[in-house]
Parts: sequence; C-alpha cells; structure tokens
Amino acid sequence: MKTDAKHLQQLQNREVHYKRNLWSGILFGLGFVAFIDETIFHQLLHWHKFYDKSTVAAGLVSDGLFHAFSWFATVGGLYLVADLRRLNALWHKVWWGGKLIGGGVFQLYDGTIQHKVMRIHQIRYQVDIVPYDVVWNVTAVLMIIIGFLLIRNAKQNQMTLKGTVLHGSS
Amino acid sequence: MVPHEAGWSLTDLLFGLPACAALFLYSWAVYKSNRIGRLRQWPVYRTVLWFAGVLCISAALVGPLAAQSHHSFTWHMASHLLLGMLGPLLMALAAPMTLVLRTLDVRKARRISKLLSSRAVGFYTNPIIASLFNIGGLWILYTTGLFQAMHANLLLHVLVHLHMLAAGYLFTISMIYIDPVSHRHSFRFRTAVFIVALAGHGILSKFLYAYPPHGVEIEDARAGAMLMYYGGDAVDLLLIIVLFHQWYRSARRKPLPAAT
Repeated sequence: MKTDAKHLQQLQNREVHYKRNLWSGILFGLGFVAFIDETIFHQLLHWHKFYDKSTVAAGLVSDGLFHAFSWFATVGGLYLVADLRRLNALWHKVWWGGKLIGGGVFQLYDGTIQHKVMRIHQIRYQVDIVPYDVVWNVTAVLMIIIGFLLIRNAKQNQMTLKGTVLHGSS
Repeated sequence: MVPHEAGWSLTDLLFGLPACAALFLYSWAVYKSNRIGRLRQWPVYRTVLWFAGVLCISAALVGPLAAQSHHSFTWHMASHLLLGMLGPLLMALAAPMTLVLRTLDVRKARRISKLLSSRAVGFYTNPIIASLFNIGGLWILYTTGLFQAMHANLLLHVLVHLHMLAAGYLFTISMIYIDPVSHRHSFRFRTAVFIVALAGHGILSKFLYAYPPHGVEIEDARAGAMLMYYGGDAVDLLLIIVLFHQWYRSARRKPLPAAT
C-alpha cells in the first residue's frame, strides 16, 4: 500500500518536527500581528501614534526591540515553513495553533505592558479608551486559548490518523 | 532650478571621481576575467547590482540630493539610507571581492586572501564590531554636536560620509556572506546581533523624533526620523531575506529515512 506508507511517513515526519512546526507558527504569528498593528493601526487608521510624549525610556527600547524582532520573526517563520515543506513535515494545525499563540501573546504584551505600563502610545486618542483596551486584550486572550485548543486537537487527530493508517482498511 | 546649487562643488569632485573609478574598475575586471577561458562568465546581474549600488551612493554624495541634504534633515536622511544602507547592500550583493580574486593572477590573489583572513579583517567584520561602528556611529553623529559641525567643516563632512559608507558596507558583509569570508559566525549569532542593531536604528529614529539634533527644525526632524525608521525597515527587510535565504540553502538536508 504505497499511499499508506507515504501517509505514514508524513505523519512521522511532522511528529519528529513538531517543535519546529510550533515555533515557526509562533514566530510568524508574532510577526504577523506586529505587521497588522503597523499597517492598520499606524498607517491606515492613524489611531496609533509614532511617538507619544508620555513614553518611558524603557518603552522606547522595548518597542524598538520588538519591532526589529518582528521582521526577523516574519521572514524566519516563513523560511521555516519552506524548510518544513522541504522535509515533508508541515503540520498545518500545529502551525496555526502556534500562530495564534504567538500572535495572541504579542498582542497581550502590546496591549498591557507596552500600551499601559510603558505608555508607548494608546490604541486611539480623544475617545473613551476602556472599550478599546478591553476588546484588544480579550481578543488576545481568545487567540491564545484557541491556539492551545487547536494544538491539543492536532495531537489527538494525529493518534487517530496513525491508528487508521496502521490498522485500518489496508 | 535652485540658484545657489548651480555649478559643481568641491565635494562633487571629491566623491564623483572615485565613484566613476569604481564603475570603471568593476567593468574592466568583468571584461578581463571573462576572457580567461577556464572561468565561467561573470553573471550580468552582479554587474547590474554594482552599478545600482554605486549610483545609490553617488546620488547621496554628488549632485542635487547631496546639495539638498545640507539644508534639510529629511533629505539628509534620504541620502543616509542610500549611502549607508541600500548602496552598501547592492554593492555587497555584487560580490566585488570574488571578482577581484578571479581577475588577479594567482600570486596576487593569494596575497589578498591572506589579507582577508588576517586578524584585523576578522575584527572589523565581526558582527558586533561592525554594528557598533554602524549604529554607534549614527548615535554619535545625531546626538552630539557632530551633525552641526559636519556642515561647517569640509574635512569633517568627507570623513563622516566615508565612515557612513564604510560602516554600512562592513555591517552588510558581516551579516550576509556573499564574498569569501574566513571568519565566519553562526546564523544564530548573526541574527541575534542583527536584531539588536536594527532595534538600535529604530530606537534612534524615535529618539530623534522626540529630541531633534541641534539646529534642526522640529517638523523637519520628525519627517526625517520617520523616513529613517521606515526606510531602515525596508532596506533591512531585504537584508533579512538574504540572510534567511542563505540559511535555508545551507540547511538543506536529506529527508528522514523511509518508515518501515
């Protein structure tokens, strides 16, 4: 059963490279959210400010480091996808789980530490900011939860799939 | 158009002649080495990259843009991006050292490759040192009186611009390996240093937005700082892609053995 052998091979590959799938997703998710933040909230809506006078020095450093890191995470995460495909080991569900976790964690960090503690900038100005902050951070938490659920589901799936291939209708 | 920009200034000559020489020498080396039978033809795209790189640098140093950047911080920043970032990247991608080595006869080429593996070259092409020269140099230029002094003193002007070009080139070749490199550093190390260096560039841009250099109007400083921030991002994105592409190619390995 050639197709079964191939399928099993792929299942094994992605199990071996589980961590690489997860990290590729996390990195890309982080970079993706940072990119959305920059294009939508800075450039298109003009809600975020380039610089806010109340920013603390640590905020400038944190913002700079995360901004720089996000470029590397985006490009590096995608090259890891290419690498996983080359290895026939790309595991979509784990990758998406990682992406949601990475994106959610960054958004939560941005929405709490960077916006509130370091006061880099607020989500929007001259409005009641509370609903914006709530939506921002609740979305972040939801992304993280869904990410974890996806990964759990992917692992369960993997077990069933392997069972079917090994003992199934061959 | 602008009356006092008419005519050639001394800096145009000082920078323009070496730029012409760079174009001529590269073309001559391509021509000469292509005639050596055992060698492959030098790829055309590398020559194109070299010309583009030298043009970027020349645009920053010679002619109207260079003249404008004396008066406007924003234009100065545009020329910084061309001179210290985009130009050096394009030039590095043109693999000039490889071209030199294949053009010269074996004895001279050996001497040069010995020089390239010397400790001094290893020092200057260390990613940390190159980043310090590059980003540290910018911090010193814009946060001290140097920026203002540079406009008043010709020698200082020439030195600062040469430093920007040299530091930008060193930084580029310390991060991506196009030409032969004898002091190699791991991808992980280069990536880590690069992230900090890019952050240093971004932080400086926002710092300049908040605290303009001496003698620069606030509006001009803000436009310049934003150009520095986003322009730097754009050029470094290219550099990051090349870096990871090199990783991707070097990490090629055989797929796992077939399942049994």
